[in-house]
Amino acid sequence: MLQIISLLLENKPGALMRVTGLLSQRGYNIESLTVARTLDPEISRMTIVVDVETAQRQQVIKQMNKLINVLQATDLTDLPAVVRELVLVRIRTAQESRAAVLKEAEIFGGRVVDSSTEGFAIEVTGDPEKLGEFVDVMRSYGEIEATRSGAVVIALEAKRLRLQPPVPTRAGGSKVEEPVA
Amino acid sequence: MSTLMSGARMLVECLAREGVDCMFGYPGGVTLPFYDVLYDHQIRHILVRHEENAAFAAEGYARATGRVGVCCATSGPGATNLTTGLVDAMMDSIPIVAITGQVSTKLIGSDAFQEADTFGITRPCTKHNYLVKKLDDLGQAIHEAFYVAASGRPGPVLVDITKDVLQGQGHYQPVASVHLPGYKVFTEGHTGQIRRAAQLIQESARPLVYSGGGIIAAGATRELREFVELAGTPAVNTLMGLGGLPSSHPNFISLPGMHGSYAANMAMTNADLLIALGVRFDDRVTGRLAAFAPHAKVIHVDIDPAEIGKNRAPEVPIVGDVKRVLAKLNKLLSEAPPTDEKLSAARRAWWRQIRQWKEEHPLEVVKSDTEIKPQHLMGEIDRISGGDAIVSSDVGQHQMWAAQLIRFNEPRLWLNSGGLGSMGFGLPAAIGAQFAHPEKLVFAVVGDGGFQMSIPELATVASYGLPIKIVVMNNGYLGMVRQWQTLFYNNRLSAVELDCFPDAEKLAGAYGFKGRTIDKPWELAPALEEAVREPGPYLLNVKVSPLESVYPMVPAGGAINEMVLGPPQPVAAK
Ligand SMILES: Cc1ncc(C[n+]2csc(CCOP(=O)(O)OP(=O)(O)O)c2C)c(N)n1
Ligand SMILES: [Mg+2]
Repeated sequence: MLQIISLLLENKPGALMRVTGLLSQRGYNIESLTVARTLDPEISRMTIVVDVETAQRQQVIKQMNKLINVLQATDLTDLPAVVRELVLVRIRTAQESRAAVLKEAEIFGGRVVDSSTEGFAIEVTGDPEKLGEFVDVMRSYGEIEATRSGAVVIALEAKRLRLQPPVPTRAGGSKVEEPVA
Repeated sequence: MSTLMSGARMLVECLAREGVDCMFGYPGGVTLPFYDVLYDHQIRHILVRHEENAAFAAEGYARATGRVGVCCATSGPGATNLTTGLVDAMMDSIPIVAITGQVSTKLIGSDAFQEADTFGITRPCTKHNYLVKKLDDLGQAIHEAFYVAASGRPGPVLVDITKDVLQGQGHYQPVASVHLPGYKVFTEGHTGQIRRAAQLIQESARPLVYSGGGIIAAGATRELREFVELAGTPAVNTLMGLGGLPSSHPNFISLPGMHGSYAANMAMTNADLLIALGVRFDDRVTGRLAAFAPHAKVIHVDIDPAEIGKNRAPEVPIVGDVKRVLAKLNKLLSEAPPTDEKLSAARRAWWRQIRQWKEEHPLEVVKSDTEIKPQHLMGEIDRISGGDAIVSSDVGQHQMWAAQLIRFNEPRLWLNSGGLGSMGFGLPAAIGAQFAHPEKLVFAVVGDGGFQMSIPELATVASYGLPIKIVVMNNGYLGMVRQWQTLFYNNRLSAVELDCFPDAEKLAGAYGFKGRTIDKPWELAPALEEAVREPGPYLLNVKVSPLESVYPMVPAGGAINEMVLGPPQPVAAK
């Protein structure tokens, strides 16, 4: 079944590779994955949809949380959250279907972002299932190409971000010595 | 206030401040600046003969001491050669830090000479890794590496450093603290769960401690001993956990799992409460998971939350440092009222049952008049060690017999590649251990196959005059694979015969130390004693009966109480 994970990640080199690497290493199938900076430029937010057995869900989260650059991994599958995705569809359609295509786009709350004699480019956002239906409908009118963004999610209840404090090293920062020769 | 110095010197300064006294490595083009600083530095650099063995030696050092082991290699092939050792340390949770050189920052991505994506390659081989491209990040990365390697569930950390960073000049400022906001180390353990655990322990009629490498990593052997005595429980120690409880302790049963003892596996199967301490329910221990400890409730203590519930869902999960958790449990148990008569009677029956299993099928030192049995060899090493020597094992049949038959009075004496099962581990790990404990008797117990993977390190042994006693259990086969072919592939022995083995006396002689081959049972004790008396290294090649198989054995996919107890006809256990 599909599991929706929201991840806060330190914006460090290789951090993304660690997450995707972990997913393939543990045999979890990625349905979609999006990543971008948060309001804090040091931190990125990832939304990951994976296909895993229900019994494995907790394990996925625990493994994510073990990654040192992961600040917080939350399973939002069963929590109050809004999931949205964007799709861009380019459709070639015959002159006589143009009006019908525009009508359908409107029903799905779509926006025409390009129009030509050949057809349209249409943008729709919505929950991922809805977008699937939209793509199916468009297909019935002509030749299409579709690019989906992958799901993004936001939890409807805030979860406190618990960060760890600095720890002293054995270097003993205060005293400065000449290097040992 | 700060001092101007090169990146290479800064690196060495950081290592010194982390308390590094020796490290194992192999130089190359991009690490030249680093080696130039080491030239007259107090940190001792041990030149191994292959980078894989630098990692294994660092592991041996770490396994024998609990301190972070350090290895280093140059870019490209040097770094890729380290990977087996890194994965080995990952699987067994051993704290090591690997330093690798990388081509200059401006050359990265150009397929430069000896460029490899070390950062990418070692991501899944390490607990965490770094690529340092700016001198300002160097100190931070090194100290973070040591902190991550040693804290929480220990593991390997690699720091890849570009040549321009090593060559650059900068102001050195000691790094006072490291900040890893997303790195949580769990220590205390949930008080409520610990109380529930104590309750279950007091109510259990057939409790069993199943303890592993976590006890050793946590330095919790004293607490474990106190626990089994207070709780009155028998205990099994996994392959990684041997020495967690002294082998001579009356509550100690032995090793469970694929080649575990009959008593250990029967106890696991019949217990009503499993107290799992620093273990991960590895498939080599549990056998068929669905049939594992079917009657038991499980208390699982581990510092890694991801281990809890990974393979077996426990009734009482406790995330924490097993040393602290045990200390709290011990306090609760020592304050608890004595158990009632009915339960005490059930506990006595449980102990009687365990003693009976032990007597029915003990792990025995088999001997013959004409040939040296592998078990005889391990029995003699045990006699000479008396539970006090370091035994660094390679991988195969000899490893299983050694684990079954050699006793360990203390932790950190038994060194072996448990999770990864890397052949070629035994000798380099012994080298690391001997550097850590120059005064201790160190045996490298290896097979004729694995020994030939680490022959280059005879040069390291000789050049540093390490008094390691290398004992080759020579059965002329890749014995463990041969055993499986015999049992499960109609004895069609395919690519397992080792029909060429060097003359041990000449081989050791070529390196300037003593060696000898024996094949008669009466030669065994005197030859081992001679090896131990010899002040320097010794290579003892012991020809043993070639076709002996390790028993008990749980066939792959079987339940652990369905052991094959010995040849020729498999006898199913009750
Ligand atoms: C690097 C590596 N390659 C292959 C194996 C598979 N393997 C496991 S045990 C074994 C045989 C080891 O033979 P030997 O060293 O002679 O020890 P014996 O089993 O005979 O005691 C092999 C090939 C391994 N564990 N590690
Ligand atoms: Mg062999």
